[in-house]
Amino acid sequence: MARNVPDDGKPSRNERIDAAEASGETGGLIETSVTTEDSDEHSTPGRTIIESRGVDVFYDDVQALRGVDMEIPENRVTAMIGPSGCGKSTFLRTINRMNDLVDSARVEGELRFGGTNVYDEGVDPVALRRRIGMVFQSPNPFPKSIYDNAAYGLKVQDKTDDIDDRVERALRDAALWDEVQDRLDESGLELSGGQQQRLCIARAIAVDPDVLLMDEPASALDPVATSKVEDLIADLAEEYTVVIVTHNMQQAARISDKTAVFLTGGELVEFGDTNEIFENPEHDRVEDYITGKFG
Amino acid sequence: MDDQIRTESTRLQLTGGERSRVARERVYRLVLFLCAALSVVVTVTIVVALAVDAVEFFGMVDPVDFFTGTTWVTARDQFGVLPLVTGTLLVTAVSALVAIPIGVASAIYLSEYASPRARSVLKPGLEILAGIPTVVYGYLALIYLTDFLRGLGLDLGTFNVLSASIMVGIMIIPMVSSLSEDAMSAVPDSLREAGYGLGATKYEVSTGIVVPAALSGIFSSFILALSRAIGETMIVVMAMGLRPRMFDLTDPVGSLAESGQTMTSAMVQAVTSDVGAASPTYKSMFALGLTLFAITFAMNLLSNAIAARHREEYQ
Repeated sequence: MARNVPDDGKPSRNERIDAAEASGETGGLIETSVTTEDSDEHSTPGRTIIESRGVDVFYDDVQALRGVDMEIPENRVTAMIGPSGCGKSTFLRTINRMNDLVDSARVEGELRFGGTNVYDEGVDPVALRRRIGMVFQSPNPFPKSIYDNAAYGLKVQDKTDDIDDRVERALRDAALWDEVQDRLDESGLELSGGQQQRLCIARAIAVDPDVLLMDEPASALDPVATSKVEDLIADLAEEYTVVIVTHNMQQAARISDKTAVFLTGGELVEFGDTNEIFENPEHDRVEDYITGKFG
Repeated sequence: MDDQIRTESTRLQLTGGERSRVARERVYRLVLFLCAALSVVVTVTIVVALAVDAVEFFGMVDPVDFFTGTTWVTARDQFGVLPLVTGTLLVTAVSALVAIPIGVASAIYLSEYASPRARSVLKPGLEILAGIPTVVYGYLALIYLTDFLRGLGLDLGTFNVLSASIMVGIMIIPMVSSLSEDAMSAVPDSLREAGYGLGATKYEVSTGIVVPAALSGIFSSFILALSRAIGETMIVVMAMGLRPRMFDLTDPVGSLAESGQTMTSAMVQAVTSDVGAASPTYKSMFALGLTLFAITFAMNLLSNAIAARHREEYQ
């Protein structure tokens, strides 16, 4: 699939900023993400950072998402749940334009990040992905050393000053430092599955993105590793906006502030505070789903 | 326990199945084994055949003179193999300089950049390149490439090392590109996605993630292609001339511009010349063949060692 990625020619730093500015108000956001401290000062927990308006996604003629409207709050955990094939992962990949990598995918509607429609002409998906990190379903560390895994994004994004400190901070924030500090030169593939996933989280947060997208990050892990990753997600929400796809409803209930329920057909059926969704869902279909009557 | 409970007549019959089935299995096994063993038998036969005649040759020519001599003039019974070895290595090195960058670059393009449309044109194109008989390449080198290079201002002889080597390089591009592309295509997409997810560009993902992850396969393609270059005969016979010449370190450009000879080409000369089958000139062919075999065998071992070291580091 990645075979046919549209051309992401490497833009110079200036071009990237130009492209972002040309498309709207992201100029200010670019400055805020330089350091963690800065982004903390500027972020407003609870304010909408990602806004979806009537988003449709098609794979060739098959419609995977239908008119999704959603507001994702800053520095909160937003969970997306639903049965297999409901489009929750598709929506996640729509946010950072990972669907660009799929030739047959087509997106309609508006998806605003910090006020800018990320599908506007002139928006550089590379610049977008530098602000929106992603953690995938099964751990996918690079076949490189633990250090190089954590440092990869920093190198690609030219954030190489204090790189050792940044790597250490990322590994600490991912609750992995104590386990790997003596073996940073070993391959990331030597780690256990749970450690690999935390390494992937470290890799994503090392570059200090605004948003962290997580696509069923614990689904390939055992229960102990899962609970470690869940604890981590709760901590991460203090610094990052976390959007997590999960098929595990208990997990969504435990860790998220907001929950979106997608049901078959690519429809966002209900979106709201997690407590509301789980205790008092508006729709019968949602109630049936979360009480386990189907799905 | 069961034995005591069950009587002889009620016990399940699982032994003594059909004798013909067992026999058939044996035949299948034997036929498959013979096919698998054939290549080993042929290899051993070749080595023994070469060795027998080579031993006879070394009865006539001192092995020390053979392996350290710097003059190869069969008419004067001077059998120093070094000019031929350096000739072979020179061709291999220059062809590698041509084939490795172009082959890897085309593999990256085909694996990472090309649209299905572009692939559908380029891949068959490369396959056709691989299917052209080497005699045609030799002709092209002799008639066209040398003229073309002269047009660029190079002072080349009619027969010269440079044009033959470049043509050998062009011939092995498809081996490098096709095997490297296979290795790159085998890199899981999850690694590419991880790279894109971190804001890497396509070029950064291709060169920083895909190529390193596919390195063992890419190295193997180099070694296989170079083995092919070492053994290439027709192009060098036609376009490089037949004059064994030591590589002159003080004048590398001159060495490339003039004619030269490789081990394979000297073997062709030995077998096509009208010397008797008992003469050292004729027998030298086997000593050369054995030396060549040793070099390519060493390359294969090296290739296996490299592939094992970098073996599928991704999961």
